[in-house]
Amino acid sequence: MTDTPTRTEPADWATDQEVRWCPGCGDYSILTAMRMLMPELEVDREKTVFVSGIGCAARFPYYMNTYGMHGIHGRAPAIATGLAMARPDLDIWVIGGDGDMMSIGGNHLIHALRRNVNIKILLFNNMIYGLTKGQFSPTSEVGKVTKSSPMGSLDTPFNPMSLVLGAEASFVARTHDMDRQHMMDMFRRAHEHKGAAIVEVFQNCNVFNDGAWEGITKKQNRDANLITLEHGKPVRFGADDEFGVMVENGAAKVVSVADVGEAAILVHDENKADPSTAFMLSRLSRGPFEPTPIGVFRAIERIEYASSSTTQLAMAHNDKGSADLAELLRSRGTWQV
Amino acid sequence: MTDTAPRELPLQELDEVIIRFAGDSGDGMQLTGDQFTSISAALGNDLATLPEFPAEIRAPQGTLAGVSAFQVRISDFAITTPGDAPTVLVAMNPAALKAQLHNVVQGGAIIVNTDAFNERNLEKAGYDSNPLEDGSLDGYRSYPVPMSQITRDAVAEHGVKPRDAERSKNFFALGLISWMYTRPIEPTMEFISTKFRGKELVIKANEAAFYAGYNFGETAELFESHYEIKPAELPSGEYTNINGNTAISWGCIAAGQLAQLPIFLGSYPITPASDILHDLSALKHFGARTFQAEDEIAAAASAIGAAFGGALAFTTTSGPGIALKGEGLGLAVSLELPLVIIDIQRGGPSTGLPTKPEQADLMMAMYGRHSESPMPIVAPRSPADCFNATIEACRIALRYRTPVMLLSDGYLATSSEPWLLPDVEDLPDIGVEFHTGYNGTNEDGEGIFLPYLRDPETLARPWAIPGTPDLMHRIGGIEKEDGSGNISYDPENHQKMVDLRAAKIEAVDVPDAEISGDSDADFCMLGWGSTWGAIDAALARLQKAGKKVAHIHLTHLNPLPKNLGELLSSFDKVICPEMNAGQLVNLIRAKYLIDVKPVNKMNGVPFTTAEIESAALEAMDAS
Repeated sequence: MTDTPTRTEPADWATDQEVRWCPGCGDYSILTAMRMLMPELEVDREKTVFVSGIGCAARFPYYMNTYGMHGIHGRAPAIATGLAMARPDLDIWVIGGDGDMMSIGGNHLIHALRRNVNIKILLFNNMIYGLTKGQFSPTSEVGKVTKSSPMGSLDTPFNPMSLVLGAEASFVARTHDMDRQHMMDMFRRAHEHKGAAIVEVFQNCNVFNDGAWEGITKKQNRDANLITLEHGKPVRFGADDEFGVMVENGAAKVVSVADVGEAAILVHDENKADPSTAFMLSRLSRGPFEPTPIGVFRAIERIEYASSSTTQLAMAHNDKGSADLAELLRSRGTWQV
Repeated sequence: MTDTAPRELPLQELDEVIIRFAGDSGDGMQLTGDQFTSISAALGNDLATLPEFPAEIRAPQGTLAGVSAFQVRISDFAITTPGDAPTVLVAMNPAALKAQLHNVVQGGAIIVNTDAFNERNLEKAGYDSNPLEDGSLDGYRSYPVPMSQITRDAVAEHGVKPRDAERSKNFFALGLISWMYTRPIEPTMEFISTKFRGKELVIKANEAAFYAGYNFGETAELFESHYEIKPAELPSGEYTNINGNTAISWGCIAAGQLAQLPIFLGSYPITPASDILHDLSALKHFGARTFQAEDEIAAAASAIGAAFGGALAFTTTSGPGIALKGEGLGLAVSLELPLVIIDIQRGGPSTGLPTKPEQADLMMAMYGRHSESPMPIVAPRSPADCFNATIEACRIALRYRTPVMLLSDGYLATSSEPWLLPDVEDLPDIGVEFHTGYNGTNEDGEGIFLPYLRDPETLARPWAIPGTPDLMHRIGGIEKEDGSGNISYDPENHQKMVDLRAAKIEAVDVPDAEISGDSDADFCMLGWGSTWGAIDAALARLQKAGKKVAHIHLTHLNPLPKNLGELLSSFDKVICPEMNAGQLVNLIRAKYLIDVKPVNKMNGVPFTTAEIESAALEAMDAS
């Protein structure tokens, strides 16, 4: 193991395995962004681990030339938690889709976030089950017609950003698969964060839910419907920044800057300890048909779980002294025969 | 009480006594029993204990459901069970008497707290008339003692509030029994001052209650003698009193040191396994990293993650938790990583009897996963043996890179026995090397790492942990190509991998089974796990009665010892007592076509020696 990471190229992070996502899948651009980011992070391949659950997104580890584990459906955050505790020296990424993370693995996701384990979670949200061939997912809109919901789905979807903010996540961000640079920026920010980070990636499933995010991610729609959050800046969007977001009566709403005046526009503060404003922003949009924020919603400092567990081990060692097995066996009193 | 001077009572020597302390869950019976056990251990008696408590934290006071009991057997000879039936019952209230009386041997001593036998308590216990007066205790030696009143009187002078005064009555009972069995006073005084440090009033009250009980025995003209039980002839050395769950916790710590690996426990609280989580959480100075997960699934998954990272990983649970962990255990089989799953079996199915033992998870340990996912199984036979069995499970897990199931049960978990401490230097070295270099070459002759290239001897795959330069690799639950570990859906490869996984477990080195008793007998008792004590004691009784009997006890349930089929076929008759409906019997019949006769018991109470003895006699007589 070396202290100074060797310089790498994106190609060094690719494996010899044939990538088997459907042609045109949004996962390809996320994979490219990740491979391009890695050399910039100046980290070692052998100290990087990708852990995944099950689903199309969960094949990701096979394509990264690092250590990796393709686990079981929904359990990746739990597997990664054990790994992070045993090995606080590693960079651990968790990859999963909306079915993996929001449905079968919902429990593990929220607990990993509240504990603030040092893992970086990428949630590939395509609002559909892909690998099982097209059933509605926990992020699908109500009324989604699929093979398992021929008359339309009845389930109210999760709003992933609202959910993870409610789960005490210390780093929350969102990006989309049509903007490589923004993805790289968000992944980098997640990597720099000490603790659990979650990045939702709007990702297109061109086979079972093609164009689901087009209303906001397609180039011609971005001006009208994509709000890029930047720390310390007023939340504005539109071709000429003519729109903005203001908070009124406990909710965020889209306004015309000309109507309300610049001073009324919300200035984004990702470090705010109280998650209420971030939550309001997460509720701004009801779906990919109206102005939707991307960027870092929240980035706060909070005690990291795995290193805290290491601290407790060290404290116990200082308090109670050496780990003598023979002493332990005698710790509850002995007698001689 | 009389005001006469201490009487000179005859001291009668006994070879053993089985005392059961029974009272309300809040009466402190476990503490009383524990302390009596400690004093007796220090005196050199052999002993075995059997705590019994309700699943509820505080069941309604005075009811049968709320009875908590602690049985301890002390002897001047080597014993392997806490005894079939108590010879002495200490009953703190009517419910305790009602719940326990039927267990007591005819002619046994019944010491009751008469103050608790009021109308209300009698009614709560379901008595129509007072058993102390209606002849219910005919055939027993009954000793009515107004424990509450004397305790109240004794502690009053220390300024204890009347409401709290009675709480010391368990120490009165302990004092009385300590007098009866000539136990020294000092260790209990020390115990009281340590246990209740900082609570001066409680210390004074408990001391006063203890002395009141002790003196009551001596002065009240109620007892005809007191008793002595000489030290047992045990192998010489240093002993501690240990229960099964602590032995497992210490086994985990020992295994980590022997393997020179950090240990990790992923666990979700569940009765009766939680104490292992508690114990290890308090041993952080030994580097024990514990993780209380959000559920059983995450507990197993986190342990798998830790194992991937190079820790010696454990997950602990009881039956329902094993069901939840099943998916993760399938992954562990496929990943071929070392992992020890500890199942403290309890009555089931479902919530079943959380505080009562059963051995009915054997089939689940063996087959309770999807597809073909073989897993070694190790089962300790006594509380102290839990230590060795844990190390053995770790040895197999590490050497063969496989999940291993350790099957203990609620009986072993909570009962205790003296343990001759091993010399730490003599414990086995179970360490394995991480893989650090290439183990193959590609077409261009360059070094590569093949994560599923097996050791030809053990069929174990290399364990290369993250952080190791050049050996980056991906593993997962999808079928892997033999050698490279790359995803493979090739039919022949899958057949090969299924066969390899099975062959690896089948070839785990397991010591030969041994016969105790008469190796030339025609009749054999086959057992596994916690039934050992009762079967061993039954063996002794049968031999004493002139019968020729053999006993084979299995620690390894998968794979079975290589000589087992041959051994078993040398007997005309084999019976198998187990706390399930015949699970080992089915395995043995299926594997060896030997018609082992089941002897089954599933009432939440371990086999008694007498039950096994009579089952054996019956089987011997049957044609």
